[in-house]
Amino acid sequence: MFVVAPFLWALSTSFKDFNSVTGGATYIPWVDFEPSLEGWRVLLRSPAQGGVNIVEPYFNSIAVTCSASFISIFLGTLAAYALSRFTFKAGFIKNSDITFFFISQRIMPPIVLSIPFFIMLGKLGLLDSMVGLVMVYVVLLMPIAVWIMVDFFNKVPREIDETALIDGCNPYQAFYKVVLPNSVPGLIVAGMFCMIFGWTDFFFAFILTFTEVQLLPVAIVALNSSITPWWSLSASALVSVAPLIVVAFIVERYLSKGNLSGALK
Amino acid sequence: MNFKHKYLFLFPGLLVLIGILIFPVGFTVRLSMSSWDSFFPGLDYVGLENYFRLFQDDSRFWEAFGRLSFLSVTTVTLQYVLGFALALMVWKDIAFKRFFRVLFLIPMMTTPVIMTVIWKTFFHESLGPVNDFLNIFGWNPLWLSSEILSKVTVIIVEVWQWTPFMFLLLLAGLLSLPKEPYLAASIDGAGPYRTFIYVTFPLMAPISIGAIIIRLIEASKIMDTVYVLTSGGPGTATETSSFYIFIKGLREFQFGYSAALSFTYLIIMIISLTIIAKVLVRLMIRE
Repeated sequence: MFVVAPFLWALSTSFKDFNSVTGGATYIPWVDFEPSLEGWRVLLRSPAQGGVNIVEPYFNSIAVTCSASFISIFLGTLAAYALSRFTFKAGFIKNSDITFFFISQRIMPPIVLSIPFFIMLGKLGLLDSMVGLVMVYVVLLMPIAVWIMVDFFNKVPREIDETALIDGCNPYQAFYKVVLPNSVPGLIVAGMFCMIFGWTDFFFAFILTFTEVQLLPVAIVALNSSITPWWSLSASALVSVAPLIVVAFIVERYLSKGNLSGALK
Repeated sequence: MNFKHKYLFLFPGLLVLIGILIFPVGFTVRLSMSSWDSFFPGLDYVGLENYFRLFQDDSRFWEAFGRLSFLSVTTVTLQYVLGFALALMVWKDIAFKRFFRVLFLIPMMTTPVIMTVIWKTFFHESLGPVNDFLNIFGWNPLWLSSEILSKVTVIIVEVWQWTPFMFLLLLAGLLSLPKEPYLAASIDGAGPYRTFIYVTFPLMAPISIGAIIIRLIEASKIMDTVYVLTSGGPGTATETSSFYIFIKGLREFQFGYSAALSFTYLIIMIISLTIIAKVLVRLMIRE
């Protein structure tokens, strides 16, 4: 009940009109209030016609999340493979220290990075642009990818790369043709987590973009500050949450198969 | 043999990370020793002046920090207890097991700020359903505008949002536990409570510590929720460190001073999380 209450409330609110919201709390359509589709219709209208600008932020969000996740997974997987298979030593720095360096980036409070990023992107002319945001998100997401993948590669038996090397592959071929296909579940889990954290970030999107590139969370919160049309607010919130509910099902499947089990150590 | 190759695997990621991070961190340190604000932009050098101001005159920062500690510890404790309970519940065979697992995961998948907006309407003091329900008993608590209750509201929202994460980690841990100790326990005739205390809990200790620390790290950054729900108010009742730095830096544009704040905050975070981690390890793993 605690889990679904806000969703039900949002669902019900999204069908209300002005009178049913300001008249006090009501719950059930037709019984408590006359349902109206206004909240949903507004989403599809352009701002000029009094609609809510939600479609463009939606696509911006998808583009930024996907590209940042892809880059993080790509770089993170390579690094994770290196950390899992080879030994590095530079003075007192060992493999585990490098892994920790990657993961420790999650400790960094976003606020600490926000001011230098703000100034740095301003100087590079990347403030309020997709490229700038993707750059920032890669820093946020790569640690997650490395964290999950190092652990995953540790469970993929070494013998399979060794066999590939003996069969005449160079290390890149061995990685690409043999190890990667065996790591698809790990890649999917890492990808999911990157997607979740990328999609749900508000802070950097809020600080580093203004008008040109608006991401979904920012667009929705902006709705809240003006006259607060609860109906379209609820409708857009539901729309933004929807894609990740699919992700919840996929995560559960992999969880059942035990692929997440070793991720914590 | 793989001497060259291994660097080619590692370095792209490592260099990108360092490249994008080194500058900001170095710049923060340098910035913290300047008086850059909206009136006099530029990197002058004022030494440690900002830090003196922070340690001597700025009680608001320390209050925000105390509040943050309180909020993080409370939310993480609640999340741990609830998350563990839920994980235990769906670990064993119950009806609709998979349905419940997905259900418990859903809040984590939602965008925190967006759900916070919904929560804000949920707790609305005259139009929200919570007070509508409590009105039956003649209560009308001020969820968002009383000093104590606004904290409670922030805690409720945070717990709702992030218990699933704890649940996910703990369930993954439970599913990977070995079977033998349970067989032994049932042969010895241990009941469910004793099995939990003497078998499950100790076996889960390392995973619990990991999960708690991950959540503490994330909780120490509480900011979005506060921003949307109460904007730090009423007064400064729900203002956390991050939010205070945000106000100083990106509302009042005192870049120099807020850099000093954020650097201090980062150092405190690293030190206190390390201590907490050490203490937890000692408390939970008894040998």
